[in-house]
Amino acid sequence: MAERRRLLRFTRTERTLHWVHASAFLVLLASGLALYLPSLAELVGRRPLLKDVHVYTAVAWAVAIVAVVVAGDRRSLRRTLHELDVFDRDDRDWLRRRKAPQGRFNAGQKVNAAITAAFAVLFAFTGTLLWLGERDTRFRFAQTILIHDWLTQVSLALFLGHLYLAVIHPGTRHALNGMTRGWVDADWAERHHEKWSRGFRLQDGSRAGLGPVERDEHAERQRQAFDLEG
Amino acid sequence: MAAEGPEPRRYGRRVFLGVLAGGLTSFAWGPAASRMLSPLTSGGSQLLGNVFPVGGWRIYTISGSMPVFDPHTWSLTIDGLVERKLTLGYDELRRLPAAEQVSAFHCVTGWTVHGVRWRGIRLHRLLDLAGPLPSSRALRFVSTERPYEDSLTIEQARLPDVMLALDLDGAPLSRPHGAPVRLVIPEMYGYKGVKWLERIEVVADQPTGYWENLGYDQDAWVGRSNGYG
Repeated sequence: MAERRRLLRFTRTERTLHWVHASAFLVLLASGLALYLPSLAELVGRRPLLKDVHVYTAVAWAVAIVAVVVAGDRRSLRRTLHELDVFDRDDRDWLRRRKAPQGRFNAGQKVNAAITAAFAVLFAFTGTLLWLGERDTRFRFAQTILIHDWLTQVSLALFLGHLYLAVIHPGTRHALNGMTRGWVDADWAERHHEKWSRGFRLQDGSRAGLGPVERDEHAERQRQAFDLEG
Repeated sequence: MAAEGPEPRRYGRRVFLGVLAGGLTSFAWGPAASRMLSPLTSGGSQLLGNVFPVGGWRIYTISGSMPVFDPHTWSLTIDGLVERKLTLGYDELRRLPAAEQVSAFHCVTGWTVHGVRWRGIRLHRLLDLAGPLPSSRALRFVSTERPYEDSLTIEQARLPDVMLALDLDGAPLSRPHGAPVRLVIPEMYGYKGVKWLERIEVVADQPTGYWENLGYDQDAWVGRSNGYG
């Protein structure tokens, strides 16, 4: 029986970035909801403490994100950023709910990443304004808390969808492995991220005498590190 | 890797910048959108407003725990510079002539609940029952939630829509809303409206309240104080 091939989907830097963001999001969400929802606020109380948790977690989040980018594999991050940015015809077809082969990220994941990034900036901006507004009335605007709330509500919906696809939905939940251990099964990748997995297959093909295949160095490094057949 | 056909487009940054622009411009269009959405929640069921408070109530406490109301032991005291010191139990307060009003509630942190239906005792009536002495200038409102207190001048307290509210939207005040009675002064930000009210002291000099000590304005007129307007 052939050994199962495993393909590296996320580098250590990418995974660290994801989990820094995810854990900060969870703490911020929990402390934020306890400050925000009347019933939870009553149940939990301890508003000053929760506020400190919320604010310091936000600061730690920003510091950690910068630290990961500075200390991590910036080349892989730049490459990822580019992949997330570019939508080809298949991506556009996929968004129109047509079946189309996808790269390492499907079009939905690309949209989710862009929204998440924009929300992070907006959260940080409105949160800073809220913090400043408590200290100097010149920074206090009636809209700030409203926008911070809306971001929370939309984020919560996105988060629940993300959680469903990553943990519950049988077809997609194998993706979680990519974000915890880094690799995914080649068979699964073939079904969900065909164009990406094709890169690995062709690389193997090149060794089998099919001639050199143009490849990006990112996938090359993935192959060398993780393709267990190699 | 590129697909056949039209060249790849950089939609990722467009989505990112688009969402960013939408978020930042919502400083301009947000309030209008909120006013449109607000009746859906704050006007709807209390439960929905609690789970999804777009324009709904947000509850703040300063001590971390909310006072518990016991109708058998609870009383409201009105003392200080008065002819008659009053101590009213919950039933006695309930028996006083009640007024009803619908007014907006503005919090200084930026949220607003429109069309709040209050029912309670007009403060000027209660004041007349106690009979403030000529030397009196202000009222000090003391909450059971220590050390929360705030104050109004006698003139402010006599505004026609100021009341000690017992009911909110047709039901007795709940604990988060200050059960059994809270001060309501619609022209001012919510921090003036002391919840879990237990004492009104009539005084000669207006004291500095809890939030005023932290830099909030003494005269908390909506739109004309605390950096607004």
